[in-house]
Amino acid sequence: MEKLVISSSPHIQSSQHIIKIMRDVLIALLFPLAAGIYYFGINALITVAVSVFSAVLFEFLWNIINKKPQTAGDLSAAVTGMLLGLCLPPTVPFWIPVCGSFFAIIIAKQLYGGLGHNFINPALAGRGFLLASWPLIMTTFVAPFDGVTSATPLALLKAGEQSATLEALFMGNVGGCIGETSALAILIGALYLVIKRVIPIEGPLVYIASAGLFALLFGGGSGIDGFLFHILSGGLLFGAFFMLTDYVTTPSTRRGMIIAAALCGFITALIRVKGGYPEGVTYAILIVNVVSPLLDKYIVPRRYGRKGVSK
Amino acid sequence: MKRSFSGGIHPPTSKDLTKDKPIKILGAPPKVVIPLKQHIGAVCDPVVQIGERVKKGQLIGESAAFVSAPVHSSVSGTVSDICLYDHPSGVKTPAIIIENDGLDEYDESIKPYGDYNKLTKEEIVAAMKKAGMVGMGGATFPTHVKFSPPPDKKIDTLIINGAECEPYLTSDHREMLEKPRGVIDGVRIMLKVLELPKGYIAVEDNKTDAANALKNAAGKDPSIEIVVLKTKYPQGSEKQLIKVITGREVPSGKLPADVGTLVSNIDTCIAMSEVMARGVPLIRRVITVSGSGVNNPGNFSVAIGTSFREVFEAAGGLKEDVKKVIMGGPMMGQAQYSLDAPVIKGTSGLIALKERDVQLYNEMPCVRCGKCSRGCPMKLSPLYLALYSRNLNFEQMERYHITDCIECGSCSFVCPSKRNPVQYIRVGKALLAAEKSKGKEKK
Repeated sequence: MEKLVISSSPHIQSSQHIIKIMRDVLIALLFPLAAGIYYFGINALITVAVSVFSAVLFEFLWNIINKKPQTAGDLSAAVTGMLLGLCLPPTVPFWIPVCGSFFAIIIAKQLYGGLGHNFINPALAGRGFLLASWPLIMTTFVAPFDGVTSATPLALLKAGEQSATLEALFMGNVGGCIGETSALAILIGALYLVIKRVIPIEGPLVYIASAGLFALLFGGGSGIDGFLFHILSGGLLFGAFFMLTDYVTTPSTRRGMIIAAALCGFITALIRVKGGYPEGVTYAILIVNVVSPLLDKYIVPRRYGRKGVSK
Repeated sequence: MKRSFSGGIHPPTSKDLTKDKPIKILGAPPKVVIPLKQHIGAVCDPVVQIGERVKKGQLIGESAAFVSAPVHSSVSGTVSDICLYDHPSGVKTPAIIIENDGLDEYDESIKPYGDYNKLTKEEIVAAMKKAGMVGMGGATFPTHVKFSPPPDKKIDTLIINGAECEPYLTSDHREMLEKPRGVIDGVRIMLKVLELPKGYIAVEDNKTDAANALKNAAGKDPSIEIVVLKTKYPQGSEKQLIKVITGREVPSGKLPADVGTLVSNIDTCIAMSEVMARGVPLIRRVITVSGSGVNNPGNFSVAIGTSFREVFEAAGGLKEDVKKVIMGGPMMGQAQYSLDAPVIKGTSGLIALKERDVQLYNEMPCVRCGKCSRGCPMKLSPLYLALYSRNLNFEQMERYHITDCIECGSCSFVCPSKRNPVQYIRVGKALLAAEKSKGKEKK
């Protein structure tokens, strides 16, 4: 017998692994991607592919240039690229996802120390950067199937015009970003992640409920239809299940997560109904990302057994 | 729904390897090694000399300190050496080596105590001490100390821990099945010492056969309640058990007695009844020998002082590519460096793992997924405790209640980044304690 291995307990570990989790997220995102391809054609696939490829390439090059351990294979860059690609309009020129991936991977993630050290969601940071830099390209949407330029349901609502039916919103048969239009596809992907225990469910649920309720409260609609319209339109569901559930940039405690999610819903509704933009998910989640460290700092576990004990 | 605590994890139990294997009694080996420290507290001094002939059950080491437990010879034979010897703790420890003459002659002083009802509680506690009884779940706290709480601490609840939540281990399970009367008698004796009307035996719901055996043995006795708990790690942790059964929380740095409870183990309970019935001190115990590296896993009754090597041989020997040997369960047990180390009073199991089960991963960055917080049975934030331990940030360690950690390892089990928060926390706790004592010296 060779020498025995000595290490500290525990001597067994679960089969969970970061790379497996990333793989599960990629699998879940295939559903919204499929819906995007179905509604917006092959261009949607190419946009997402360029986004994923460039994100992984930037991660790879960064590690080469800085002589760091190669992390391009840990799938986290692929997830970022996939998320970014899915929240782009289907008709953007192909240099858009490349610029977005650069900002996401290099500026938002690697400059802060790489995986686990970024303070905002890289994909959303990339999207926010694109939105601020090329607002026209980033807000030009097309109708499904025919490719004719059309406004999103939220933009129509803002303009006071007749908007999409709930059924169209649920199926995804409306104008919007590649992966964001089909509530059905997003929910299937989300269900997969919940079953695989990759994401806890309470954050997304609180966020969705909070956004819907505050939207009504601010006068963005009325009744159950108004509520459903708000939660099914724009990037709310996509953001709730795939962005707000990012481990790194949201609170680590359940309590913190619920507070962050409620706050996120409030900000989303505020921007949508009272703000200048028709949609507020991106900026709402980015703001919550910034608040999350504070929530983790001030929500300290309680001391065990402090009550009713003699000294 | 079955009762349980919040948090916790569900590791694979791996108990099927041995749960149906009846306890096999192993004869004592030609040579036994009896460490002079097998308990929490003061090391014993030898009371025999090299070359002296000793009998089975004879006292060979004791200490004048209150918190200590005497040790006895598990064979009859001759003391061949008293020296530093390999010990499961990883540190060489003074031990008495005895060559077994195979005669199995018992010491003359050993005689049954008879009916415990005729003894006073002081006499029973003295018997516990004389027999060298310690908590046999692994913590090895001297039993007589536990049963002599200071007068201002009134014990009102006795809990017997039959949860056996560690994966692989099935020795308690087998003992409850095979010796339910011993368990019940042990509880009755303990109740008498504590002058309590009722005690609880807690069993996880993956051992309902054992729970039923205990129920049958207890009959209609109203003084014993068998509580079936959900199977979850660390259900058998003292603090979790007390919380589930009484709703009380034992703060860090305090004992169960501070919240009026006393927790004892199944083995200790059986040892209690056997000491009363036969007067033989603690010189044998039941252990589980299991894991992928063992040819014939099983449960064995072994003489204290038998080397790990001999125990594994009795279990069909080790497979060739054994990479790790653990004393205790895989969650909180200790990795062993030497197969010459002996079975001691606190050895609940020996697990040998093959190379494929010895997981050595590269640490990935913490992504703050919070799985460790959700799995923590003490509701702590292991990720931050580990971070601050690493950064030597004592103020934050205290703010996040580092001393509340029970070191169960649930955080390290669940971590998808394959980090080892509990180890950072252990180090952090030790450094914090050192820092505090340094501060006191200055004052």
